[in-house]
Amino acid sequence: MQQSLPGNWRDRKRYLWLLGILAMALPLIGGGLVQATGLSLFWWFAPLFVYLGVPALDFIFGEDRNNPPEAVVPALERDRYYRWAVYAAVPVEYASLIWAAWVAATQSLHWYEYLGLSISVGMTTGIAIAVAHELGHKTNPFEQWLAKLALAPTGYGHFYSEHNRGHHVRVATPEDPASSRYGESFYAFLPRTILGGMRSAIAIEKARMARRGHGFWHWRNDVLNAWVMTPILFAGLVAWLGWMALPFLLIQAVYGFSLLEVVNYLEHYGLCRKKLPSGRYERCQPVHSWNSNHIFSNIFLYGLERHSDHHAHPLRGYEALRHFDDSPQLPNGYAGMILLAYCPPLWFAVMNPRVQAHYRGDLRSANVKPALRLATSAA
Amino acid sequence: MRRWRCVICDFEYDEALGMPEDGIAPGTRWEDVPDSWSCPDCGAPKAEFQMVEVAEA
Repeated sequence: MQQSLPGNWRDRKRYLWLLGILAMALPLIGGGLVQATGLSLFWWFAPLFVYLGVPALDFIFGEDRNNPPEAVVPALERDRYYRWAVYAAVPVEYASLIWAAWVAATQSLHWYEYLGLSISVGMTTGIAIAVAHELGHKTNPFEQWLAKLALAPTGYGHFYSEHNRGHHVRVATPEDPASSRYGESFYAFLPRTILGGMRSAIAIEKARMARRGHGFWHWRNDVLNAWVMTPILFAGLVAWLGWMALPFLLIQAVYGFSLLEVVNYLEHYGLCRKKLPSGRYERCQPVHSWNSNHIFSNIFLYGLERHSDHHAHPLRGYEALRHFDDSPQLPNGYAGMILLAYCPPLWFAVMNPRVQAHYRGDLRSANVKPALRLATSAA
Repeated sequence: MRRWRCVICDFEYDEALGMPEDGIAPGTRWEDVPDSWSCPDCGAPKAEFQMVEVAEA
């Protein structure tokens, strides 16, 4: 039952948020379509849907710039329904993973079917990092634990610590491995963010444990206690299903975390916070993240694309995130922008003029790739 | 003077130092920091800070 909110305001997106759970079921839907039609193509259902269907649906349904009135936000954030709509995604993620591992190991698929199934599950476990993201920002232990569980299939448990204590602190600065730089292609960004994020997470937990009087090897280390779930999960599935499950598990994990990283790539491209005389960076404002109001992909990702408000107010629930007119806007939702990011010349052609326009032609304020910065200052 | 630590990112607010760039003078007690103030590093609200230690002024 929807509670009555001040001023009789109704959340028109309330039940649409359940689509986030559907994203976790994409491989199962694909398997059903293979059964129904006999077409191998549907083993690739998740990437087909996300890369082709979602950008089209974003184009068709367009943007939603509506914000919930501030007066209803406290009631929205107290409403447990929105939390359960996120919790429910995690068991569905595991149902997809375990079912697909069983299919991969026992159904003697052709290599292109096996690969399609692995990529489809990687799409789901990658999107599940957005679920973990929504959970990991909360301070109650159940949600924190569920966040780590959602990260286990991709082996990205360190994201839990690095995202809150690393990325949010350094976002839109040259020091952040997960903020991409003007002129940096996705393929140059990918190894920098994977290794940089891992190194940063280890350093953060080492320092945290030391402050609490513990060594690095302690069960309260949030990188270790999250990482350990992955070998347990993979070893359990391989013990049950045999070695044929292992390539599947590895492919979906690598594909899944690469999907998170391409999303990282487009969230802060070229944007930079100013350094203050004190040596600290200015506070993170909505102008330090690219925003997208495309309704379909936002619903699919628990509002992650309203990223400008998220970084400025990280504890705000997804159902209450706002659009700001002064934050820079992406021309499509994340799914469409990912396709551009995979093709650097197209990405630069679309995004570089937008970064330049945002800084009114003065890239000295932008986060620019170092080689390019040297070249422009020498010229 | 006491220190308060952000439970999200571990930033510390030190009453002795205040937060001059946010208009909070050195020596401002935690109780007098406005509720609308948030962690300058990660944006967590004031309510998400915990006292870490009590030291002699």
